[in-house]
Amino acid sequence: MALQPERHVLVVFPHPDDEAFGVSGTISTYVNQGTPVTYACLTLGEMGRNLGNPPFATRETLPLVRKKELIASCEAMGVTDLRMMGLRDKTVEFEDDEKMVQMMTDLIDELNPSLIITFYPNYAVHPDHEATARAVVRAVRRMPVEQRPKLHAVAFANNTGEGLGEPDIVNNIRDVREQKLGSMRAHISQTAWMLEENEKRLEAGEPEAENWLTYERFFSYRWHEDFEEQF
Amino acid sequence: MEIVQIEKLQQLLNSFANKDVYIHLETTNGAYASHFNEKVFNAGAFIRNVKLQYELGKVTADVPHRVGLKMAHGWVYAQGITHYEIDEQNRLLMAGHDYDGKLAVALEISETPFTY
Repeated sequence: MALQPERHVLVVFPHPDDEAFGVSGTISTYVNQGTPVTYACLTLGEMGRNLGNPPFATRETLPLVRKKELIASCEAMGVTDLRMMGLRDKTVEFEDDEKMVQMMTDLIDELNPSLIITFYPNYAVHPDHEATARAVVRAVRRMPVEQRPKLHAVAFANNTGEGLGEPDIVNNIRDVREQKLGSMRAHISQTAWMLEENEKRLEAGEPEAENWLTYERFFSYRWHEDFEEQF
Repeated sequence: MEIVQIEKLQQLLNSFANKDVYIHLETTNGAYASHFNEKVFNAGAFIRNVKLQYELGKVTADVPHRVGLKMAHGWVYAQGITHYEIDEQNRLLMAGHDYDGKLAVALEISETPFTY
């Protein structure tokens, strides 16, 4: 499926692997179409809990493992502009809020994206996801309405249906499923259990197992229902 | 990392006693705990690169182990320690991994600061 052409796509997530499950097919599709894609990843997932038992890494070596995985995921998707922003996992919400907005504004000023993909504020579950989403929305809100890039946001909180209804953007990514699987496999330290579970479901012929290899869903950010009045 | 061997770990704890050391201590049940189960009360704590001296460090025999550090004016302890290692930078890394292979607790001791 061809996606609507974009000038430049900016993807902003806090953790290596945040892109894998829900967005890597869409990213791969843009890359294959020749759209420039920049992936800004705020942390290296330093505080990840999947260390195995027996453990395959320590708290101190995990960032190096995940950095390699992030680079491998970008290779699988074809992303050549990866920015590692140097924050620490689980601390994003405690950074200075204005500094966070400025980080996003700097990326937008430099790259002039026509589309930004990130999380949806208040529907993103993890505190780092929420802090990232807030910073992106705030940076875009400061721009004149006619110059704002589109915002496609990932929402997966348990109350997403109640609050946001159905996603308005549904990308069919079947054609790039191998690239998506490549991204998932690249983040093997984090996705091993999910991939294993999915293999079983595929073998059992469960239709949901096909689902995430076929569709990726986003909500256009609703400026008329902004998550805060101002910042 | 290796499964805790009490005598070896005790010797290592002794080797860092009465020195300025940097501590990493964390306990967590994961950022998604109450997303997956709304009845879970999600709590945790994290300290990194706090400098201190302890006069007595002790690992208990119970499995998983508890490790306590007695300071001149206070205490540090961690519960649920299963694994340990001395890494290539001579830091004592201890961690507790649960039955699913997820880290539940970590206590690390180093004479030099940990990275950011």
